[in-house]
Formats: sequence, C-alpha cells, structure tokens
Amino acid sequence: MARILEKRSLTPVTKLFRVESPLVAAAARPGQFIIVRVREGGERIPLTIADYDRDNGTLTIVVQEVGTTTGYLGALEVGDDILDLVGPLGMALEIPAGGHIVGIGGGFGAAALLCLMRELSARGDRTTIIIGAREKGLLILVEELADICDDLELCTDDGSAGFKGLVTERLAQLIGGDGPGRPDSVVAIGPMPMMRAVTDTTRDFGIPTLVSLDPLMIDGTGMCGGCRVTVNNEVKFACVDGPFFDAHQVDFEEAVRRNKMYVQQEQASKERAECRSLAMGQD
Amino acid sequence: MPLKRADKTPMSERDAELRSHDFVEVNEGYNFARARFEAERCLRCQDPVCIDGCPVRIPIPDFVHLIAAGDMAGAAKVLRSANPLPAICGRVCPQESQCEEQCSLGTRFVPVAIGYLERFVADWEMGQPAGEAPAQPTRAEKVAIIGSGPAGLVCAGELARLGHPVTIYEGLHAAGGVLRYGIPEFRLPKKVLDWEIEQLKRLGVEIVCNVIVGKTLSMDDLFEKMGYSAVFVGTGAGLPQFMGIPGENLNGVYSANEFLTRVNLMHANDFPNADTPVMVGKRVAVIGAGNTAMDTVRTALRVGAEKAMIVYRRSVAEMTARVEEHHHAIEEGVEFHWLTNPVEILGNKDGWVTGLKCISMELGEPDDSGRARPVPIEGSEFVLPVDNVVLSIGNRPNPLLLQTTKGLKSNKWGCLVVEDESAQTSLRHVFAGGDAVTGAATVILAAGAGKSAAAAIHADLCGE
Ligand SMILES: Cc1cc2nc3c(=O)[nH]c(=O)nc-3n(C[C@H](O)[C@H](O)[C@H](O)COP(=O)(O)OP(=O)(O)OC[C@H]3O[C@@H](n4cnc5c(N)ncnc54)[C@H](O)[C@@H]3O)c2cc1C
Ligand SMILES: Cc1cc2nc3c(=O)[nH]c(=O)nc-3n(C[C@H](O)[C@H](O)[C@H](O)COP(=O)(O)OP(=O)(O)OC[C@H]3O[C@@H](n4cnc5c(N)ncnc54)[C@H](O)[C@@H]3O)c2cc1C
Ligand code: SF4
Ligand code: FES
Repeated sequence: MARILEKRSLTPVTKLFRVESPLVAAAARPGQFIIVRVREGGERIPLTIADYDRDNGTLTIVVQEVGTTTGYLGALEVGDDILDLVGPLGMALEIPAGGHIVGIGGGFGAAALLCLMRELSARGDRTTIIIGAREKGLLILVEELADICDDLELCTDDGSAGFKGLVTERLAQLIGGDGPGRPDSVVAIGPMPMMRAVTDTTRDFGIPTLVSLDPLMIDGTGMCGGCRVTVNNEVKFACVDGPFFDAHQVDFEEAVRRNKMYVQQEQASKERAECRSLAMGQD
Repeated sequence: MPLKRADKTPMSERDAELRSHDFVEVNEGYNFARARFEAERCLRCQDPVCIDGCPVRIPIPDFVHLIAAGDMAGAAKVLRSANPLPAICGRVCPQESQCEEQCSLGTRFVPVAIGYLERFVADWEMGQPAGEAPAQPTRAEKVAIIGSGPAGLVCAGELARLGHPVTIYEGLHAAGGVLRYGIPEFRLPKKVLDWEIEQLKRLGVEIVCNVIVGKTLSMDDLFEKMGYSAVFVGTGAGLPQFMGIPGENLNGVYSANEFLTRVNLMHANDFPNADTPVMVGKRVAVIGAGNTAMDTVRTALRVGAEKAMIVYRRSVAEMTARVEEHHHAIEEGVEFHWLTNPVEILGNKDGWVTGLKCISMELGEPDDSGRARPVPIEGSEFVLPVDNVVLSIGNRPNPLLLQTTKGLKSNKWGCLVVEDESAQTSLRHVFAGGDAVTGAATVILAAGAGKSAAAAIHADLCGE
C-alpha cells in the first residue's frame, strides 16, 4: 500500500501524485519505473518514477488517463492508498557525461524527464529539454522543468506557446545549430510515434539516442516475457533490460504492433469500468 | 488385516465435459469410507520401500495405518511431522515416480494411492477448527526469506517454530510463488494455499509483498539496515525460455508463464470483471509436455479455446508431466502431437499468429538425458493452423538477485551454488533452496530444501 500525499491536475486527463513509498524512494534512480495495481482484480500497470525524495520517502508519478487502470488511478484522492506498488524496476538511465544532452518529452514523458534531467544537470552536463503538446494549456510541468535544465524549449501545434510545430521539427533545428545547438545525445520519452519520429530525426546525423519503450507488462521482473521487444535483432525483456534502448536499433514496428494486441479488450474493460463507477455513484 | 485388492479405490472426478469449461477442482477427494478402504490395502511392509521414494521420507505406512484405524488426528500429525505442505503435495506430487513407484503392491497390482490418502488427511485437517494460537517467536536472531514459493514458505514455518522472527519478502502482490501464479485452480484450489499461508501467519511469520530483493532492497540492506542475521533465498526458477524460432514475437504468442499468470494471478478468466485480459483464439498450440504445458493447454480450453493441443518433439514416453494430468487432459479433449517439432510460427500481414509450422520427428539413440533423441524426418514439414502459440519449454532461475548481489555464486545455468549439507551459498549467512538451486523441479523438493535449510540456518545462528 502506498498513501497518496498530494494530487495535482496538470491537464484534464493528466494527474500528478506524490505518494509515500520510502523503500522505493531510497532505491530509485532516474529512468526507473514502478508497477501499481489499484483494486482487487485490477491490472498491474507500469509508471515511470518522475521524481523521488529520499529524505521524505516519497515518489512523484504522473498519470495520463487513457484506459481502465489509469482511469481508476486518476480518480484516487489525497489520503487514499494505492493497493500495490512495487519498484524501482528496470535499469537506470546511463548516458556518457560531459556533453550537451537533449531530453524530449511528450505526454507523461515530460514528467519522466524531471529527476532524469536534474541529475544530468547536477553532474555538469549541458541540458536542454524539449516538450510539446497540442496547445499551451496541455504543456505540463513547465516551471519545474525550466528549473532543472539550461534551456527549456516549448513546442505547440497551434503556436500558442513557444515554437509552432512538432518537437521533432524543433529538434531538427537544434541539430542544424539553432538555439542551444546540436545535441551530443538525445533521450526521448513519450508516445511511440513521437519516439519513432525522434529516432528518424537523429539517425542520419549519428546522434546517440535513447528511447524509453513502453510495452505491456505484468510482473516487471523478467518472469513472463510479455514485455519482449526486439533491439538490434535480439529479443530483450524491457522490464529488466530496459526500459531505455538504443533507439536506432529498436524494431518500432513490432513494438507498436504488440502494444495494440488487446485494443478490443481494453475497450471492453473501459466500458465495464465506466459502468462500475456509474453504479458506485448511484449508491 | 491388510486386504489384497488389485485396484486402487477410485477418486471421484468431475465430468470431463463440464469441468473443461470451468476452474473448479477436477479431483473431488476421497470420503472417509473410500479413504479407509484404500488405506486397508497397504501391506505394512517390513521394509517400507515407499518411504525411500519420498523426497521428505514421510513415514507412509504409519499414517496410512492410522487412517485405516480411524485416527485422523494421529494421521495428520505423522504426515505434518515430515511434510509441511501435505494438502498441496497430495495434489501435485508426481507420486507415480516417487512413493507409489516404489510401493511393493505395485509389482503385481496397482500401488496404494498414497497421494490421494495424503490429500484426504490434509483436507480433513483443514476442516478442523483452529486451535489456540501457537507460541510466538522469542529468539533475537531474525531471518529474512526471499520468495514465497514452497521453499520459502516451508523454511519460514520451520524457523518460526524454532523461535526465530521471520519475514518473507515477495516480489509479486500475492504470496505462493508458482503455487499462486502457475498451478491452476482446477488442480490446486487457492483456498488450500491460502490456508497454509494463514497457518504461517498464526506462527508469527510476517509476509511482505511487493518487495523485490535486488531492486527494492539489496542483500546488504537486509543485513545492515534491517538487522537480519540470516537470509534464505527461495526465488525459484521463473525465467521463461523461448525457442528462438522465427515468429515468436507475433501477436498471440505467449510464454506459459505469461499465459498462466494472466489467468491464475490476474484472473483473466473473469475478464472484464477483472481488468487483465488473455487472448485466446479458437485453436491453441502449446509447445512442451511437462506439468506447465499440461496446465496451460487445459487452461486454454477453460478460457474458451475450441481446440487445444500439445506439440512435443519427443514421444509420450518421454513426457515429464504427471500421468494423472495427462489422463485428465485426454478426457478433456486435448489433442496431442507427439514427435512434432515446431520450426516456425506463421503470421498474417497484421502480425497475428495463423499457424505453427512443424516437422515430424523419429526417435534415435539416447541423448545426454538418457532419453531417446528425437531426429527430424526430412521433408516432413507441415502446418498446424492455430491462433495462439504458448511456449512451455522450461524455465531458468531469474538472474535479478544474482546480478545485484556481489559474491553470490551460480553455475552455468544460473542456479545458485550451495554446499550440499548446509544449503549455504557462497555468502556467509545466506542460504538457498528450491528451484533457485536445482533449476525447475518439484514442489516437494523445494519444500524439503526449505525445511533442511531452516535446520541449517538455526544451527548457524544458534550453534545448535
Ligand atoms: C516502463 C513504462 C513506463 C510508463 N510510464 C508511464 C507514466 O509515467 N505515466 C503514464 O501515464 N503512463 C505510463 N506508461 C504507460 C502506462 O503503463 C499505460 O498507459 C497503462 O498501462 C494503460 O493502462 P490502462 O488500463 O489505463 O489502459 P488500457 O485499457 O490498457 O489501454 C488504453 C489505451 O492505451 C493504450 N496503451 C495501453 N498501454 C500502453 C502503453 N504501454 N503505451 C502506450 N499506449 C498504451 C492502449 O492501446 C489503449 O488504446 C508507462 C509504460 C511503461 C511500459
Ligand atoms: C505451471 C507449473 C506447474 C507445475 N506443476 C507441478 C506439479 O504438478 N508438481 C510439482 O511437484 N511441481 C510442479 N511444478 C514445479 C513447482 O511448482 C516448482 O518446482 C516449485 O514451485 C518451486 O518452488 P520454489 O519455492 O523454489 O520457487 P517458486 O514457486 O518459483 O517461488 C519463488 C517466488 O520467489 C519470488 N521471487 C523471485 N525473485 C524474487 C526477488 N528477487 N525478491 C522477492 N521475491 C522474489 C517469485 O515471485 C516467486 O513467488 C510446476 C511448475 C509450474 C510453473
Ligand atoms: S510400499 Fe506400499 S504397501 Fe508397502 S508400506 Fe508403503 S504404501 Fe504400504
Ligand atoms: S513484464 Fe513480465 S517479463 Fe517483463
């Protein structure tokens, strides 16, 4: 059980939680994740550790409500407990020190950059963060991210804040020498199409790029193999070997296809969950 | 007077057609009359060879005789003195290659149904009202157990009885190891496992789920931060193997671990009431012929497959599953493709499984394992049309703890190396047993290892 100490709505469908979890906070490293289950009969879902506070024994997670379990989680309030929380899982991010590192976040991925980019900045790397959204109101954690990097680049589809266009278009400009300039390495966290586009953008320039793959997971310890991905023609278990992989070696097509394996069931589950919460509301 | 009846007293079983669509236990257990009738078959041999066949040396004739005499409490006591998990072992032990294989009756007749009797006594015990709370641990030396499979559970119980405060750390959200996530309800009802776990709690054993040692806590943390005096590693062999054939990452391909975990641990059979789905098409092929494969193929039927089949490169004689499970699978309509080796999983343009390409095999000379080596028959490739493929070709120990614990030694298969007698690993005060040491084996071997490790740990800590 993990008690929720703080909840913030970042967008209508994105919630930030600070939860009590001293053991995980003590062991966590940037880039690792947890697995939670929020009700009896519930699914186990992976969530990135956006930030951790060892002194206070807390974790910060940011959840984008896309389906059943993220929906249940988003509905929890301060003082509620998360039924099961286990971690930290996966390998911490490893990037050679001393260069210009660009972190790119989309959706919840922006939050995942928090502890990660702070640590890189702290060890002396030059850091740039690029985050993007449809419009200004959907950009999350802008102030917090601005504090922990040398340059924060905002992108919006409609131009309501920062650069008008996609994060990858801005990335291409940086590679061309604009703004904070060409990265020595890139880390991308977010929706698969975004990570794929970043990968295509850096490939021709040979810029080392890491992506955080998000396959479906169950145990998170290497026991089921459900999270397998193909990297450099080898099968890897993302929960123990990842979640970060050399982007230019990732078989994205397979990863995307495997993530869609349960689309129909996910829809059925979501409808059932909505009925359940309606029924609860009537009590 | 012992009665010589050639056949064993039948176990009542649920109707095959009915049961293959639900998860209720197949074997219904003996009633008292049947148990007594069966117990009376035992010859009470001078040299009870059945005991030699039992990995934990249950004094079999003694408990069987007590059943015949109607002394159930006495029988239960004898049984428990040797086997801490009788209700589970009575259901899942491969008796035909252990006690019952040795039984003297077996040379001319059918051996005594030792497993059924073991289960009968243990089920009787579960039905008794709980006595007074047992004494709580009083000793100062705390022990941490990593993993809550049979090895960890038994080790914890024994140490608690010896007076040690014990904490079990389990990575998953529920305790029991393979007994929880692997062996299905229709073979081992979870209420049996829950009852055993309840007994441990009554003994004062603390069970902490959602802690992965090597991730959440390190081995050093256990000693230095948490103050444990010794650690028992019972982390099992939970790393699924894949074959390395083309198509293994197609949609609709599972490891047996994933398939069974979705159903047993996450209750996918109850989807969408439970939130985790499992994908089963009309035709499911399960590769392998061990207990795991048999559980998987029968589970596939129960979650909606119209046709479920076993594909195995050797013949029925080399199958490693319990004989009873094989029989039950046949009754339930499972199809068997013996001497058939998968060479490729075929898919459609959207990446979904459509078939399993196989090659027929024939048996050749014995191989390293002493079993006849299957060799492919050239040009005999054919395609089985299937919607799902589940690989059940074996598990290895999970390397997670090894990778994060300095000085912990393993062999080339990733099994922890321990001293034979003491179960001590390469690290001081760290002991190990069960599948983590032997590689995938049996419940009773894991339970036995947990028990002897407990004695070794107690000796290590108390010099007794
Ligand atoms: C290592 C890792 C870290 C993650 N970190 C975070 C995080 O910090 N915050 C966060 O909100 N989410 C994160 N995710 C994704 C999150 O786990 C999924 O969104 C979640 O499992 C969806 O569960 P659900 O029951 O709400 O929705 P479901 O009913 O399972 O799915 C609803 C919809 O979301 C899509 N979907 C499901 N799973 C994924 C996935 N893994 N990736 C992309 N789309 C998916 C489905 O295709 C479907 O359209 C992470 C995933 C991984 C593997
Ligand atoms: C489907 C299936 C059917 C089987 N059928 C039979 C049968 O009929 N008869 C029979 O005798 N045997 C059977 N077996 C084999 C038997 O179940 C195993 O030999 C036995 O469970 C091994 O016990 P164990 O305690 O060593 O490990 P496990 O039962 O594997 O338990 C290990 C536990 O440790 C946990 N763990 C692992 N690493 C960590 C960590 N780092 N930190 C915390 N926790 C951790 C795991 O989550 C797991 O719960 C079957 C196995 C399977 C998979
Ligand atoms: S070998 Fe068979 S007949 Fe003899 S004591 Fe054991 S169970 Fe009874
Ligand atoms: S989630 Fe089960 S092996 Fe990775």
